[in-house]
Amino acid sequence: MATLLIVIAIVVLLVLFSVFMYNGLIRRRNQVENAWAQIDVQLKRRIDLIPNLVETVKAYAAHEKETLDAVIKARNAAIAAPSNPVAQAEADGAITGALRQVFALSEAYPDLKANQNFLALQEELTATEGRVSYARQFYNDATLSYNNKLQQFPTVIFANMMHFQKREYFQADALSREVPKVQF
Amino acid sequence: MFDQIRANKRKSAALIAVFVLLLAAVGAAIGVLIGYGLIATIVALVFAGSMAALSYWKADAIALKVSRAKPADPDQYRRLHNLVEGLCIASGLPKPGVYIVEDPAPNAFATGRDPKHAAIAVTTGLLEKMNRVELEGVLAHELSHVRNYDILVSTLVVTLVGSIAILTDLGIRMMWWNGGRVRREGDREDSGNPLAYIGFALLIFAPILAKLMQAAVSRKRETLADVSACQMTRYPPGLISALEKLRDDTTVTHSATTATAHLWIEQPMSGVADRGKLSRLHSMFDTHPPLEERIELLREL
Repeated sequence: MATLLIVIAIVVLLVLFSVFMYNGLIRRRNQVENAWAQIDVQLKRRIDLIPNLVETVKAYAAHEKETLDAVIKARNAAIAAPSNPVAQAEADGAITGALRQVFALSEAYPDLKANQNFLALQEELTATEGRVSYARQFYNDATLSYNNKLQQFPTVIFANMMHFQKREYFQADALSREVPKVQF
Repeated sequence: MFDQIRANKRKSAALIAVFVLLLAAVGAAIGVLIGYGLIATIVALVFAGSMAALSYWKADAIALKVSRAKPADPDQYRRLHNLVEGLCIASGLPKPGVYIVEDPAPNAFATGRDPKHAAIAVTTGLLEKMNRVELEGVLAHELSHVRNYDILVSTLVVTLVGSIAILTDLGIRMMWWNGGRVRREGDREDSGNPLAYIGFALLIFAPILAKLMQAAVSRKRETLADVSACQMTRYPPGLISALEKLRDDTTVTHSATTATAHLWIEQPMSGVADRGKLSRLHSMFDTHPPLEERIELLREL
């Protein structure tokens, strides 16, 4: 009688343990996927701010066509780019480079530099760049937490049975590791 | 960095465990000296606990009111809000309330019982003196307090300190008025009971010990917040630079009081520097580690 009870208790404990492990893995995996989607939210936010910036700059520096066209081109390319991470990163790098040139413009045009609208947009775009990198950082942190849980004992035994897979980190590609050039 | 964070959390837990032991020791001392040790301890805990619980529940409102903090207008303080939002994305925290304190001294504090009910305040002096990355470092430090539930930790500690204070106070009074169980049972045999002496010494010294430990816990959590902040921003030079500026700045924060001192990033009211043996004693009661030490630690990261 006693042994039966003990066996039942052990089985119940095992079941509970598996439930906790499974839920923990699910929770972490969902957080990883959420974090990935949030990166796109921030990238889109940046793309949406660009037309406004271009209009403001045009009012003061209309003949700087080259720089402004470059940024519009980069923006359109980013919207049209396919969804895979490599293409996205490339388009993203092009926008960053083009934007840097636009902000460098303000050094030559003191009226533009003092314009409240321009300053507000500059602040917004700088902040959005920050948000994009923080979103990527959070994605990597979530991936770390998920991979840790996945690979640690004893969860690792169950993870393979339940078909959980390791996730990849977001890596800066070779392109964006170049030092950006700012030309005056 | 991750290892430091884990080690720090372990040590804070150990400190609090010692605290609980101290409380138990005081309770036992009361038991030996007067009787009713267990009941007295429970009553003291409940009393101190309920007072602390009230302040914990309303922590954000109280701290903000006392410091005369006003909500920061999103249009006027665009950069501040942007930085806080960025850090919330990095840490996965919900965005706390953002407040401004009119004070020329650079300082900041965080409060709130959990990340969902949190608030961060910065002084106008801080906004003027810090550049973008330094401001971000300070904000990350404050958000780390929220993330690490430091308000909860300090409320726990305050409860323990309060219980010890109540118990020892009661104990000494009761011994004075009742003559204590030792003397009542009170023959020549009993007056030499060594436990009574130990208990009495404990009653006298426990409150000071408790205060010292409270300061030690506070210092540990401040260091944890510093390292956590660097994990959030992945950019230690920002916070290092901010701490260096704070170290070189000598304006005294007027909006702080002794009660809220532990919440601010830099120890307020540190206008006068002591020298010599007395300063070492004073520094054991500091709620923050010295700025030099904090800067050195962060440089090692």
